[in-house]
Amino acid sequence: MKTKSNIERILESGGFVVTSECGPPRGADPEVIRSKGALLKGVVDAVNVTDNQTSVVRMSSFASCILLKEMGFDPILQMVCRDRNRIAIQSDILGAAALGINNMLCLSGDHQKFGDHPKAKNVFDMDSIQLINTVKTMRDEGRFVEGEEVKGKPMLFIGAAENPFADPFEIRAARLAKKVKAGVEFIQTQCIYNVEKFERWMEMVRVRGLHEECAILAGVTPFKSAGMARYMKNQVPGMDVPDEMIEGLKGIPKEKQPEEGIKICVETIQRLREIPGVRGIHIMAIEWEEKVAEIAKAAGLLPRPQLT
Amino acid sequence: MIVGNRKSFEEILEMIKPYKKILLLGCNECVTVCSVGGEREVGVLASELRLWSAKEGQELEIREHTIERQCDHEYIDQIRPFVGDYDVILSMACGAGVQYVAEKYPTKPVFPTINTTFLGVTLEQGVWSERCQGCGTCILDKTGGICPIARCAKSLLNGPCGGSSNGKCEVDKETDCGWQLIVDRLKELGRLDLYEEIIPIKDWTTSRDGGPRKRVREDTRL
Repeated sequence: MKTKSNIERILESGGFVVTSECGPPRGADPEVIRSKGALLKGVVDAVNVTDNQTSVVRMSSFASCILLKEMGFDPILQMVCRDRNRIAIQSDILGAAALGINNMLCLSGDHQKFGDHPKAKNVFDMDSIQLINTVKTMRDEGRFVEGEEVKGKPMLFIGAAENPFADPFEIRAARLAKKVKAGVEFIQTQCIYNVEKFERWMEMVRVRGLHEECAILAGVTPFKSAGMARYMKNQVPGMDVPDEMIEGLKGIPKEKQPEEGIKICVETIQRLREIPGVRGIHIMAIEWEEKVAEIAKAAGLLPRPQLT
Repeated sequence: MIVGNRKSFEEILEMIKPYKKILLLGCNECVTVCSVGGEREVGVLASELRLWSAKEGQELEIREHTIERQCDHEYIDQIRPFVGDYDVILSMACGAGVQYVAEKYPTKPVFPTINTTFLGVTLEQGVWSERCQGCGTCILDKTGGICPIARCAKSLLNGPCGGSSNGKCEVDKETDCGWQLIVDRLKELGRLDLYEEIIPIKDWTTSRDGGPRKRVREDTRL
């Protein structure tokens, strides 16, 4: 065991991991984080905190993680390469570890064009794979990117995201292999709606044995409505939503659509759990955190293991 | 070549407002090839300015002149005999040209008429596309001859990101995903093995990040 991460501890004991996420507010009110956190209490093993997702300025992931930590959660610090160079990134890694954050998710980050500050200059001093390696080198070798010694190693469990549905499909497992080589220990995938395509990706992952070198947590997001499903398909980069799923939702009265969205999500989780190599579920209920408990319960993911 | 876009007529007018005698200086290199600052474009802008001055009843004297290069002092020296007759030089060269002309005539205002945009190629008549960002350490041997720094919106050295869809970039559906191009080309070359290698974090000291760059070749100096 390398860290105090709940994810690592559950994986080590052969357990199945459940994570969810908390999107910080576009303001300084800590109560937003606390009330979202309250909805996830006892339901998940660790909580992702997004880092200015879709390039919209929000309360920092770092600060929000600390608020959740104070509530007893094991937060996952998401960090994107868009906004920080290697100096700032490594500094935040040290700070996070010092304040008891145990997990980090290494991401490239959405392009700033999608957000509320499209005129910003982006950084991308490193990419997500190099970021994984940066954390790994700091933690395991006690060295910074350019070779100097780290005095007091940051004991973070290292995660990354992977989108099994992005193109070119044939190199998606190869890209995951690069993340593994760089030192990634867990992967949270993009929201899965097309389970068949995800199974094909997992097949490629298993052929390379990558599922044994890192834990794959399959991502799901419940639809609130047919409109949301359509939006995800057409507007969110790299999202694969089968047409029949959208049509199915459209055929249901509007007031019943949220219920159907939850039902689809629960069924998806049950199918994903059966896929060899899937070690956990990552539930991203976007601005719908109150449904995570219901989904986890219906999918048979509760109770969560009690860790001491 | 260096590619640019001409500034709007209004922006140029705003710059030259206080002046009456204008030397409109074209450049016969890159900006001529990308149709933005050569002899022809000098003529077009001069006509626009003359029409405006006639319409507005503003006194304006314009001399059109195009030199071989605005990035070499021997050509810039050619305007020395008459540069004193003008209040302002409107350079139609790239940013390097504008600055070098200004450097050579320290008492003369020199203004840009184009926005210098990128190092690129001519895709077809009237269409240019970026290929290089002059980072100072070329890795094209590792990426199938396609530059991820110039052609990936995030300059990812180990792409593509999760936003690559149907060969296009998440930033703009008209823009090719640089990493899709790299993967396709490596496949074509039978070198997908290169994709498996992690490209390490880059040393940006050779790029703009290292400060203004200068190259000296002792063997060619006089």
